[in-house]
Amino acid sequence: MKRRDAFRALAGLGLVACDTRTPHKGALGALERLNEKVEGALLSDRPASEALALTPLEAFPGYHVAPTIPEVPSDWALIVGGRVGTPLKLSLADLRALPRIDARIRHHCVEGWTAVADWGGVAISELAKLAGAKDTAYVEFRSFDAPSFTSRGYWSSWDRASAFHPQTMVAYEMNGQPLSAKHGAPCRLYGSVKLGYKLVKYLTEISFLDKRTGGYWENQGYEWFAGV
Amino acid sequence: MATPRRPQPLLIRITHWVNVPVLVIMAMSGLEILLAYPFFGPRGAEYDWVPLSGWMPPAWMRAGGWLAGGRHLHFAFAWALVINAVIYLGYLGASGEWRRRLLWKAQPNQRYSVLQRAAYTGALGLAILEVLSGLAMWKPVQLHRLTSAMGGYDTARVIHFLALLGLIAFVIGHIVMVAVHWRKFPEMITGGKREETP
Repeated sequence: MKRRDAFRALAGLGLVACDTRTPHKGALGALERLNEKVEGALLSDRPASEALALTPLEAFPGYHVAPTIPEVPSDWALIVGGRVGTPLKLSLADLRALPRIDARIRHHCVEGWTAVADWGGVAISELAKLAGAKDTAYVEFRSFDAPSFTSRGYWSSWDRASAFHPQTMVAYEMNGQPLSAKHGAPCRLYGSVKLGYKLVKYLTEISFLDKRTGGYWENQGYEWFAGV
Repeated sequence: MATPRRPQPLLIRITHWVNVPVLVIMAMSGLEILLAYPFFGPRGAEYDWVPLSGWMPPAWMRAGGWLAGGRHLHFAFAWALVINAVIYLGYLGASGEWRRRLLWKAQPNQRYSVLQRAAYTGALGLAILEVLSGLAMWKPVQLHRLTSAMGGYDTARVIHFLALLGLIAFVIGHIVMVAVHWRKFPEMITGGKREETP
């Protein structure tokens, strides 16, 4: 009984120091910031290039925060802005006319599952060049996938090195086909160096920023860096 | 002639007791993370052969309350686990204690039986496998060589889970043995009576 009480006291102490409902704060937050430094140091520009077997498309999950699969607004265009010399407003045809990159990438979901697909699109670094991005330290991505009509859409923000990784792109093709509504049509953020919740689907806006912002899941407590 | 030493040296006792809450929190937060997707293998080609595949760990086995909480606990306490392990392994090597505790040629007045030493060696091996497979899942792209050595992300996840089951089996066996040899238990707190090192 004594050992059990001692164990309970220890566990209780741990819970006070580490409130898992607000994990960006307290001891857990301090360790998250330490882990971010380690993750940043581990990050390299090396493309992910293992030989991977494609996942059957129907087995590749597609999540959204809207109650039903989001539909493309009739006036859709991709806005590229923030600290840029030339703000851009790109149609899907404009994106397709830009230099294209292709990559087969394993998707790592925060839940623990993986799936593999081929992705084609325009590198974020290419868009930064085109818009004349200045002093970029962070890049923010926003979407039209919203939980309700009145709420802001799903979003995320990335560190510069991950956003400018050679495989980080605005993808408009998946497995050689135009991106489907389930997977983020007309275009989505994709890449090999972040967990799935950082890969914003149904893109509307890309902002090159000098300040760090947050994200839909990140602000609720999920790790901001979330590198793989 | 070595100076008389206690059967359980101070650093062994400290690292042992630090390990108790740390391992419990790592296991419980790990099961919280597992609950988010309690299956193995890539989507569309699941590994149905993994034992307990599809099992939902009950609330009393989990820590963190939700996936993000479980992940933050896991990645915070992983530091405590690794630092404690480095101190333990450093001491084990430097003091020569490993010869008494791990699988090694039998020595005169051997304190631990070959079965005990096999169990301690196995548990240490499983713990090292846990850390390596955990790192492989944490950074499968940046630590791609380690992840490949584990057979890829999805097999690293299987290894991480099976090694946990192995460690749980060790802990159950360990507690049963402590209960049977309860007279020895105070040694892990006081260190025991100084004796000549065999």
